[in-house]
Amino acid sequence: MTFIQCNHRSGKASETIQIKGSDTMVNLVQAWVEAFKLVDPSIDIEVSGGGSGVGIAALERGAVDIATASRNIKENEAKAVTENTGKEPVEFIVAFDALALYVNKNNPVDSITISDLARIYGDDLRAHHWKELAITIPNVKTDKIIRISRQSSSGTYEFFREKVLNKKDFSLGSCDMNGSKEVVELVGSTKTAIGYSGMGYATHEIKMLKLMKKTGDTAYAPTVENTISKKYPLARSLQMYTLGKPEGTIKKFLDWVLSEDGQRLVADNGFVPVKSHTAALDTTDTSR
Amino acid sequence: MNSEIVMNNETTGVGSGRIRAKRSLLSVSLEKLLELIIRLSGVSAILFVLAIFFFVFREAIPITISEHFSIKEFLTSIEWYPTSAVDIRYGTLALTVGSLSITFLSVLFALPLGIGAAIYISEFCGPKLKEALKITIELLAAIPSVVWGFIGLTVMSKVIVAVTGAPLGVNLLNGSIILALMSVPIIVSIGEDALKAVPDSFREAALAQGATKWQIVYRVLLPAAKNGLLAAVLLGVGRAVGETMAVLMATGHAVAIPTSLVDPIRTLTANIAAELGEAPAKSDHYRVLFLTGILLFIITFAINLIADFVIRGVKGKK
Repeated sequence: MTFIQCNHRSGKASETIQIKGSDTMVNLVQAWVEAFKLVDPSIDIEVSGGGSGVGIAALERGAVDIATASRNIKENEAKAVTENTGKEPVEFIVAFDALALYVNKNNPVDSITISDLARIYGDDLRAHHWKELAITIPNVKTDKIIRISRQSSSGTYEFFREKVLNKKDFSLGSCDMNGSKEVVELVGSTKTAIGYSGMGYATHEIKMLKLMKKTGDTAYAPTVENTISKKYPLARSLQMYTLGKPEGTIKKFLDWVLSEDGQRLVADNGFVPVKSHTAALDTTDTSR
Repeated sequence: MNSEIVMNNETTGVGSGRIRAKRSLLSVSLEKLLELIIRLSGVSAILFVLAIFFFVFREAIPITISEHFSIKEFLTSIEWYPTSAVDIRYGTLALTVGSLSITFLSVLFALPLGIGAAIYISEFCGPKLKEALKITIELLAAIPSVVWGFIGLTVMSKVIVAVTGAPLGVNLLNGSIILALMSVPIIVSIGEDALKAVPDSFREAALAQGATKWQIVYRVLLPAAKNGLLAAVLLGVGRAVGETMAVLMATGHAVAIPTSLVDPIRTLTANIAAELGEAPAKSDHYRVLFLTGILLFIITFAINLIADFVIRGVKGKK
């Protein structure tokens, strides 16, 4: 591919953009890159995963043009980028995602509080059975809660641990699946199970729960609107970081990502598009 | 080998001295080369094992002298929190117990099935059925472990939930049934060899004394072939301890010491498979996973060593 492009441009080498980071976003970024090839075949883009932290670490060394991250850059990381490269990291929110809680469709529960989730997954006041949370599951011998979780190196696991368990450890004994799809399938076949995954994985066998911050609060479903407004407690933004204000090909790519065409792919990949397509590059800020 | 080649030459060659002289120049050097290649491929097994040992130890050893790590915790704690934000702990006891319990259970299931099939094939069935059975069992051995895991995940889990009423279908019982089915072919083929090795004179003598077929099996064949049968079982055990993909898919992958047959578990092998790919290279987590590999090495090595001694015992008796 590269070879052909070089020939087209006859002499002038095509420009390459390096993108690295979030595993959650890697499929989405790949889809963007493939579609962008049709828009401007002269720009070569290389994408790799590794995790949000890996992408930001590469940005600190100036080894990549764009770092993708399913979390915000930390203060010390932003400082390291500026110190090492002389340029400030600039943040672009390119999509939103919501972490949905799934239960089997036989489970009568519709909404749950964050503190009850912490009792299910954490060690404090650990709830072993659904009846401890005043929930009765019909037609089961035992209502033991089967906790489905993710492998410990997953970014989704870390996000859940931070937002629900306050960075404390998960209680041992949860079934740790290696992918979002496995979580959803196991919840679908297990009557007393609960699991968490991205919002795009819903099937007919399972039910997405509404979440409340605490008892008595309004419960919000993981919908597009509630994710954008961040009313849903486990909503997160997905971002890209560049070294300084992007110029040339990088700006062209980012502009396209935030355009209507680029944002349509966000929805196709099961994420939530950023609200306004007209969000120009200079309206974003680095202060977050 | 030498003599064979010479003999071949004598039968095919015209027998004249000139051809013999030609051979000694060209084909003797060729022979030497072949011998060298064969010797190298023989020694390479040792080289590979040593290289693997070297690599695994090199990756694992730095962690054992690290101050964040205690070998006592590694062996005796069930707390496996390799990426904790507050307190990283590397306890593998639950994983070791998981590996050992699934192995024990699977052997318990595979033993009667495997030995029974071996006895039937060796002593009871007709020659046609015997061929058919042997081919089928070889086919069983050829099924890839990921396919077994898939069966555990999709079919066996539903059966277990329906039969036992367990809340979760992927668990210790599921994994051990799948593992048992995987090790049966090994037990059958080696067990059948062991039974075949019992001299016919034993059977004839028992028959002459008026023993029934069942009495022959029970009183004569089983005691005579017991070492071989034991070796068959131990090799089946070795298969079960090292199996990864099938148990990863069928056991539920939960870090916990099982208290019932239908509890989900995690094995040492499945843990390495699930986590090594995403542990940053050279990190503590990465090194501890290699150390887990060494622990697994020690377990399988012990089993293979015992199996080897037992097989040697059988050969010695013959």
